[in-house]
Amino acid sequence: MTTLSTKHLLGIKDLKLDDIRLILSTAANFKEVLSRPIKKVPSLRDVTIANLFFENSTRTRLSFELAERRLSADVINFTASSSSVSKGETLIDTVNNILAMKVDIIVMRHPNAGAAEFLSRYVNAQIVNAGDGPHEHPTQALLDAFSIQEKFGDVKGLKVAIVGDILHSRVALSNILCLQKLGAEVMVCGPSTLLPKHINSLGVKVSNNLREALEWCDVANMLRIQLERQDIRYFPSLREYIQLFGLNMEILSSLSKKITIMHPGPINRGVEITSEVADSDQSIILSQVENGVAVRMAVLYLLAGRTAE
Amino acid sequence: MCECAPTPTPTPVFAFPSFYRILRNGMQKRLLLNSTHLDITIRRLCWQLIENHDDFSNSAIIGLQPRGILLARRIHSSLKEITSLSSILYGELDITFYRDDFRRRGIEPPSKTSMDFSLENKKVILVDDVLFTGRTVRAGMDAMLDFGRPSKVELMVLVNRRYSRHVPIEADYIGIHVDTISSEKVRVKWKEENEEDGIWLFTDENNKQE
Repeated sequence: MTTLSTKHLLGIKDLKLDDIRLILSTAANFKEVLSRPIKKVPSLRDVTIANLFFENSTRTRLSFELAERRLSADVINFTASSSSVSKGETLIDTVNNILAMKVDIIVMRHPNAGAAEFLSRYVNAQIVNAGDGPHEHPTQALLDAFSIQEKFGDVKGLKVAIVGDILHSRVALSNILCLQKLGAEVMVCGPSTLLPKHINSLGVKVSNNLREALEWCDVANMLRIQLERQDIRYFPSLREYIQLFGLNMEILSSLSKKITIMHPGPINRGVEITSEVADSDQSIILSQVENGVAVRMAVLYLLAGRTAE
Repeated sequence: MCECAPTPTPTPVFAFPSFYRILRNGMQKRLLLNSTHLDITIRRLCWQLIENHDDFSNSAIIGLQPRGILLARRIHSSLKEITSLSSILYGELDITFYRDDFRRRGIEPPSKTSMDFSLENKKVILVDDVLFTGRTVRAGMDAMLDFGRPSKVELMVLVNRRYSRHVPIEADYIGIHVDTISSEKVRVKWKEENEEDGIWLFTDENNKQE
């Protein structure tokens, strides 16, 4: 199989195993491209991509923009704070106005779950979901899977623990779906208030004990507490959270095996993970960021290649 | 050694119907070059390279993925055997991301690129198995330039399908010339792919057009 089965990338949920494998293998080719003296290929010369960010982002926006430029696409950027959204324009109107400028692909981050899916039904362009509220963040999950595969050779059979604020995290859901499709076992770990009620229906193990999760896993993906999405207080104090769920060198070195540490960023150093751990040789946080560009290039390349059919 | 040694033009092979083997689905195939002759041809190509490149100290052989690398690997190993040089720069280049038919045809899966040296000021020999429309080689030159600016670029092909070019590209080193029509296919088979070495011409009788 050489094309994706979906027209848009709305979430990992819609991807088949073959799609994920195709994206990961194509990303490996783009990673090689990024190591060349000239890190650019002309594939998307005739494609225009709009980056619509209705929510703050550093890594994802820069990573997408770099991926687009390295594929030679024309890029326009849009951030909600400096746009007519604040003047009362609806999402569909905003996007249709942008499409009137002949845009082929829209990369969108939005604070509401389902925004990307909604848009895909009403506008005539390919949509890439760059995070929709607490729902999905498919490219993050793909780059996490790519980074794990790069480190271990294969994702299949590995045990991955996702630790932290699962309730508000789009990274958690996309990662769970992606890793399970690739044959890994997943455990979520955090305070009960930050775990969704029926999370075990996804077939994941659930734990409220950090040490238990770390002893079990090969890879620990540490998530940030998403204070901006929390409408009430989910735990008594940050100090207590750090004591129970913060990953420090002491716990890490007391484990029976060397586990790999990941973090989707942004890191709150000293909260979910200490600086020592984040900068240790067990952490692959920066290679996750590096791989992000290659994975996003693969996604955009494969989606753009479908339009002709 | 003469820099401008003329490449001898081998006699073109013409496709006579009586030589065809008829296959089940109306496809006919004919052997254009058997393994012995293929071997001789590869050695001749090597000697032609030696004429122009002396000790290969500033030259690099680049095989075009996916099919050109099989010829390039043979050329590279035969050259080392003939010249007793310990190393001749060798790379493999995938051109998928440089194709001019992206978004016009389906996506072909990319192959691996392995080039661990710069092409800056090198004399590059691009190697592919069959030169047909010339579009692959055009894309290959684009891809190659991302690894530096070579001082000279040459093209070696095992099969030159004449009268079928879409772009003005010709080869410097040619195994055999073949006159074909566009519905015919030329396939080079290699023992590395568990086939007997040889060059085959396939004709679809149902789809024959002059």
